[in-house]
Order: sequence, then C-alpha cells, then structure tokens
Amino acid sequence: MKLPVYIGLLDEAEATLASSFRVVADGHGDEPDVHFILQTFAKKCDAHREALKPVIDRYGEDIEGEEEHRLTANGVKEVRSGPLALMLDLQDLYVLVNHIDVTWMMVGQAAKGARDTELQGVVEQCEGDSELEIRWLQTRMKQAAPQALLVAE
Amino acid sequence: MTDRIADIWGERTPHGSGQAWPERVDQVLAEGLTDGDVDRWVQSACVLCSNGCGCDIAVKDGKLVGIRGRAQDRVNRGRLGPKGLYGSWQGEEHPDRLTRPLIRVDGRLVETDWDTAMGRIVERSKELLASKGPLSHGFYTSGQLFLEEYYALGMLGKAGIGTPHMDGNTRLCTATAAAALKESFGADGQPGSYTDIDECSAIFLYGHNMAETQTVLWSRVLDRLDGPNPPRLVCIDPRDTEVARRADVHLPVHPGTNLALMNGLVRELFANGWIDEDYIAEHTANVDQLRSVVEPWTPEKVAETCGVQAADVRRAAEIFGTEDRVLSTVLQGFYQSAHATASACQVDNLHLLRGMLGRPGCGLLQMNGQPTAQNNRECGADGDLPGFRNWENPQHVQDLARLWNVDPGIIPDWAPPTHALQIFRYVEQGSIELLWISATNPAVSMPQLERIRHILDQDSLFLVVQDIYLTETAQYADVVLPCAAWGEKTGTFTNADRTVHLSEKAVDPPGEARSDLDVFLEYARWMGFTDKDGRPLLDWSGPEDGFEAWKECSRGRPCDYTGLSYNKLRGGSGIQWPCTEGLPDGTERLYTDGGFPTAPEYCESFGHDLLTGATTGETEYKATVQPGKAWLKALDYTPPHEEPDADYPLRYTTGRTAYHFHTRTKTGRSRRLNDAAPEPWIEMSVEDAARAGCQEGDIARVTSRRGSLEVPVRVGDIRPGTVFAPFHYGYWDTSDGDTSDGGPHRAANELTITEWDPVSKQPLFKNAAVRVEKLRSGDGPSKAPDTTASRRATGAQR
Ligand code: SF4
Repeated sequence: MKLPVYIGLLDEAEATLASSFRVVADGHGDEPDVHFILQTFAKKCDAHREALKPVIDRYGEDIEGEEEHRLTANGVKEVRSGPLALMLDLQDLYVLVNHIDVTWMMVGQAAKGARDTELQGVVEQCEGDSELEIRWLQTRMKQAAPQALLVAE
Repeated sequence: MTDRIADIWGERTPHGSGQAWPERVDQVLAEGLTDGDVDRWVQSACVLCSNGCGCDIAVKDGKLVGIRGRAQDRVNRGRLGPKGLYGSWQGEEHPDRLTRPLIRVDGRLVETDWDTAMGRIVERSKELLASKGPLSHGFYTSGQLFLEEYYALGMLGKAGIGTPHMDGNTRLCTATAAAALKESFGADGQPGSYTDIDECSAIFLYGHNMAETQTVLWSRVLDRLDGPNPPRLVCIDPRDTEVARRADVHLPVHPGTNLALMNGLVRELFANGWIDEDYIAEHTANVDQLRSVVEPWTPEKVAETCGVQAADVRRAAEIFGTEDRVLSTVLQGFYQSAHATASACQVDNLHLLRGMLGRPGCGLLQMNGQPTAQNNRECGADGDLPGFRNWENPQHVQDLARLWNVDPGIIPDWAPPTHALQIFRYVEQGSIELLWISATNPAVSMPQLERIRHILDQDSLFLVVQDIYLTETAQYADVVLPCAAWGEKTGTFTNADRTVHLSEKAVDPPGEARSDLDVFLEYARWMGFTDKDGRPLLDWSGPEDGFEAWKECSRGRPCDYTGLSYNKLRGGSGIQWPCTEGLPDGTERLYTDGGFPTAPEYCESFGHDLLTGATTGETEYKATVQPGKAWLKALDYTPPHEEPDADYPLRYTTGRTAYHFHTRTKTGRSRRLNDAAPEPWIEMSVEDAARAGCQEGDIARVTSRRGSLEVPVRVGDIRPGTVFAPFHYGYWDTSDGDTSDGGPHRAANELTITEWDPVSKQPLFKNAAVRVEKLRSGDGPSKAPDTTASRRATGAQR
C-alpha cells in the first residue's frame, strides 16, 4: 500500500509550505497585507500537520523511496529583490499550494476508497484552506501584475 | 440659543415613540449683525460631518455672514451643532486662504497664474502617459467634494486616463461601511433612515461616539431618551463617552476585540431562539455556517477576551433579541479596528436574523464620517465603479462604456481598484510618478506619518494638491491649486442616510480660487480627453450638467437619482435616494420587502473571503448565490496582530472630538472651535496615569514602534489599559509651522500602524500598542474639553 508514502509527502509539503509562507511574509514586511496573511496561512499549515498526526500514527509515514517520489522543489528559502520580487515569490507559493491542493485531492480519493472517515475529515478541512490560499494568491497577483510588468523599475 | 460650545447638543425638545421630531432653529450671525442686516439667505447643507444638516447661508455685501438651520429639513429640523454654527463660514474667511496657484521653483512654492500651473501639470501628465502609460498616474481625493466633482474625477480617471489607481480618504472613513453592505446585501446602500431614531425601541451604537461625531443626530437621540417611552441604549466603546453615560448597557471592550463580542451577541440570539426562522429561510443564505462560527463564543468567553462582564453581554443580547424595533449605528470604533468588515457584517447579521430591516424603527445605519463620502462611493472616484456597478461584471463595464461613448478597453477593469495605502506604496516604490490629491490631507490623516512624509517628499513624485489652505500635504506639492470652498460653488451631496441636498453658491471664491469641478473639467480639456466620436469626454458647462449626466449613470441602479433635479431640491427638504419617476418623493428605507440586490447580473460585488479578502469570483458566486437573498457572512475571532507586550503595554486608539473635523483645516481656523480644543492630548485612566507617574496636565511621551508624541495628559474615564488621542492635530499651527521632522511630534497618526482590513482595505487606526512615560510636569490641567468624552475622571469606569 502506497498511501503512507503520499501522506508522508503531504506532511513534508505542508512543512515546506509553512516555512515558505514565513520566509515570504518576513521578506515582504513592507507589504502589510502579504506579511500578515501569509503568517495566517503558515499557521494553517501547522494545523494541517497537527491534524495529520493521528493518521500518520496509524499508517506510519513511509519515507522509502521518497526522493524519487518527491514532486516539489525545496520551497522558498529566501525572497527575491527588485520590482518583480513580490510577484515571483507569490508565484512560487502558488505552485507549492497547488501541488498540495492536488495531493490532498488524491489522498482524499484514497481515503474514500479505504473508507477511512478520520482521514476523509482531515482532507475536507485542509482542502478548503488550500483552495482559499489559491484564491488569495490569485487575487493578490492579479493586483500586482500590471504595475510590476508595465511600470515598475 | 444657548452657547453651543458649552452646551453642545442644545436645549431638549423631547418626543415620544412614533412622534415627529420637533423643530428647533439654531442660528449664528457675524458679530453685531441682526436678521435685518442680511441681504439674502442661500440654501445649502453643512459639510462638517456626515449628518448633512440642511441650512441656509446668510450673505451680506457679497460675504458669508451667518448660518441658520432649515426647519423643514428631514435631517435636522432646524438644528445645527457647534461645528456648523461656529466653523462653517468662519473657518473659510481666514487670511491663510489660497488665492493664487503655486508652483515649485528652486525648491520653493511661488505664486503663478492658472495657465502656468495647469500647463505644468498637463506637460508632466502627457509625458508620463506617453512614456509609462496610465499606471503612472494616481488620484487621491476626499469625502468633502460634491457629487458632480467626484463624477467628473471618476470619468477622467477611468475613461480619460484609464488608471485603476483612484481612491479617496473615504478609505479611512467609510470603506468598511460600503464593504460590509456589499458582502451582506450584494450592493452598497444605507438600509435605514434617521427617522428610525423616532420610531425605535432600542438603539445600539457600535464603536460610534455619535455625541461627538454627529452632534445633531445625537440631539435627536437625546430627545427620545428624555421623552416618553424612551428607547433602551447599548454602547460598545472603550471610552466613557456621552453615549456610554446614557446607556443601559455599556460594553467597554478592549480595542481590537469587536469581532469576539459580535460573535457572542449573534450566538445569544441563536441560543435563546431570538431569531425569525421564517425570515431567515425566505430571505437569507448561509445560516448554518454562521451558527457554527459563533458557537464557541459563550458570554463567558467573550467576557474574558473583550474585558467586559458576561452578564452585560447577556443583557445587551437580550435587548437586541427581545425589543421589537432595534436601530443599529456603526462607525469608526468598528471600521478602523481589527476584523472591520467581519464585525460590521455581524451587525448586518443581527438584523437579518431578527428580520429587522425595512420597517420603521428597525434601522441599520452603517455610517460614514465625512459629509460627502457617500457620493465618492457612488460616483467612482474611489475604488468603486460609478453607480454601484460591479468591476467583475463585463456587462456593467460595457454599460459604462456605452454611457460615456468610449472603448470599454480603457476602463481599467483588468485589475482590482487600487486602495489608498497601495497607491502610496506604489508612489514609495516609484512606479506612480504623478499623484493628484484633492481636498484632503494625508500628511496628517494617514497611518505612520513619518513614512507618509517621506513618500510625499520623494524626488520621483510629481505631486499636485488642490485645497483651500496650504495644508501639511500641500507643502510637499509641485503644483498647488487654490479651490473654492463650501458656499463658494454649487453642487449636490448625499449624507449618511441617503439624503441628497443641493448646496448653492452664495459668494465668489477669494482671489483666483476656482471650484474643484472647474479644475477637473479644465484638466480634461487641456488633456484633450475625447469619446469615440472625438467629442470632449467632459463637455459639461457647469455642475448642473454634471448632475444630469450622473442621473443617467445612476439609472436603474440601487442609487437611482433620475427623479431628482436641482429645481426639485430647491425650497424644501433634502430627498433620499432612490428617487425615480415612480418614487418621486424618494425612499425612506431599503429592503422593505426582504428582497436584496444579490442577483449575479445586478449585484455590485461577488464578495470576498472575510479572513483574507480573496475574491469569490464569478463562477463560485453564481454557483452558490440564491438571488434576492442576503448573505449571512461570518468569521471566527483571532487576536489582532499588534497586541500589548512588555515594551508597549497599552492599547492605543484614536478618534474625534466634538469641536473639530478632519485635520482642522477649517475648524482650527475658527476662533470659537479652536479655543474649545486648542491642542492635542493623550487620555489615560486613573490607574494607568498613576503607573506612569503622570498627573493631569503633565507632558508625556507616547511611543509606538513607529514614532512618538509629546502631549499633555488628560486623566479621564477611559478603560484601564487603553489610551486615546484625538486625530485632528497636525503641524500647520505649531510654532515652526511645518511638519516638524526635527521637533516634538503631536499628530496621533505618528503612532498608528500601516495595516488594513483585508476586505475593505480600511486602515487599523484603533489598534496599536504603545508605552507612556512622563517627560515633565505641566503648568496646569491639559486643555482637553471637559464637555465631552475627554472630560476629567469622575470614576465612572471603576
Ligand atoms: S451635525 Fe454635522 S452636519 Fe450637522 S451642523 Fe454639526 S457638523 Fe454640520
């Protein structure tokens, strides 16, 4: 059964996302909305990992062959500078969140197949959050794009 | 008439439930004049707060010499407050008035003529449009211009230049009112009416010190409180305001915790069955989500979070839950605080859960502070599209393009409108290079002033300021345009309960000053803005043309003005929109039939997530909306981002005093108003003052992470742990007369944080952490007014 591999990936991806949110939040302190909302999102990632704990305890976190299965990059380790910095950093987060979103979807499918109601509950709660994060990132990038691409220097 | 500096609200004329508010005419004439000396009276309404009191201006020998309330006006029935009486014309006749345009030459502002000033602006504007395009331009306007002026500005920005960077200081004042109304009901528009005060059996004031922000409205409440069968009163405010003193229940919540309290009040309605199941089923969506969000918020949990008594939370909820006609009024204590939109939406929810909308006495007033803020929201000189149209609805954008006969591509619907603080951020980053500020003073009114001064001073910025005085902001300008004030130009404006007034020109402006409308029209002409057929985009010959054009723009929208005209507004009372051929007398209350403007093709917004401000989007909205039903939106409470800690142990909040308006541009130049509150202060509780070693009148330093103030201490009845500063005071009347980067600071916004509500984008002026240290002893009590919430401690809070 490979579900534990995916749960492991998910746990790791949430950890990566949380630290990436925090890096971008800290690096863009001059954009207060980005700064505060990304901190809120980071806390949501922490909560997702908390919620996953009992599931991991049951299935075990199979990390065998994880390197070859890993889908994400290493996350955001430092922010960029310059006129495109904010947009590119948000876009990195966008990729990470979408990766997680679809991972949750697949784990959710497996949870249904396994009739694992506990895991289904966790997925339901966490999927909503990643959808919200996607929508917020889109909203913010939509706002930033014209200015960054057309006039910023 | 009594002396209205000492007796702010005037003599009582009590009235009982359902009775009309009696008339009482207040009047002031220039010293030595009597009625017989007045040449003529000219109809207007007061522009020193959002109440919009109807008045007539006295003119003698071509000069403004007095003011009188209009007895027949529905808003005030003849009354005026201290600012209207002592600060309207008196605040405009000061020798400091700008009378000629100024341009910057070798670093100094020097007088010039209009053609030179306008030529400079147009040259820079054209140059930037050619080299960088429309996103290089930003416009920051006011809540104090007239409807026609906002509409002209909205058109030239959106269809002439095509920039999304347009906002007003309404962002600081009324953005949350608009946002909450859109989230709950699908479109902006004040549901209630001031007449609900005459009809209600209970009044809730949420972060609204009405006694000082709208003094005449408070007179109306006092007349009910002192009449037969008075309404019960509930006040939510950390200060011991006049409202709190008259309240049956006062909830002095910690600043930043409004949402916890609101979630608790809503929970009590559910828990006690004080809800209208039929109304909820027929007219609302989302009740289950609301119920689950508020579920944890027991009165005990609220008490612990907000620092109030659980029993008081229960009593307040019981009043809301059991009285049959409850009026709610909301203002800056909610709008400028954490979770602004979510907290304001919970007020909407209280009314929806009880089905208390659209009936006499069951009013909901999501207020605003400034006299013409409502028009900025309607006309699109702020982030909104004119006529409460929806940015995300391509049909609405097409409608506007057709109306203006322009290519829809120029209307910047491809990016969400840029809110004020983001506009300033773009200036800071150098990507907005032309900023045009009209009738407002961000160098005093914006958060974190050190930063704002730096932004305004930036070399990359070409700054245009139009105003009636050389404000702190104008001192940074490259071009200053002298404008006509109230009484010196004609136009309409709409108060907080949708009442439209006409204000007629009574006298000529001083020197070469021109109306703001003329300035905008002139700029459009010089720039050569045209429609698709090459005709001038703004071909109005004056304000009445603007009003007629606006009527067409408003046709069929919630704020429909088509039944109004200048002539109709002459002679009688102001009239509430919507006013159409079918509703010739206007409309007292919205949503009388429980139908709401949420249909996707009609609504003003598809809504947002209250936690983050993420847009819902058309697809999701269409999939979930139940057209015609209101949304019950909810958000769980989390603590504000800046809370007291060991270094900054006190919560800092700001607000108005009864005697001043905005940044005192006018009221500070009225001798009577200035004498009543001549300098700033910091208000502390007895305990906090003692802990800081401060006595009444001592000079203290108040420090936040962003700056510090040196001001006298007023020991008052504010709740312990919280300190208050009035936000009006800047630097034009300090000894060195400038923004004083070297000397001690005194503007409240030196300390406030650059942070905003995620939905309304309104800054959080009421949420900062500070510490207070004594600097030196004072030579007597502080000069804070003793007639208002700032009065010396009486022990009421303990
Ligand atoms: S209440 Fe407001 S509108 Fe009325 S007189 Fe006073 S300042 Fe003017």
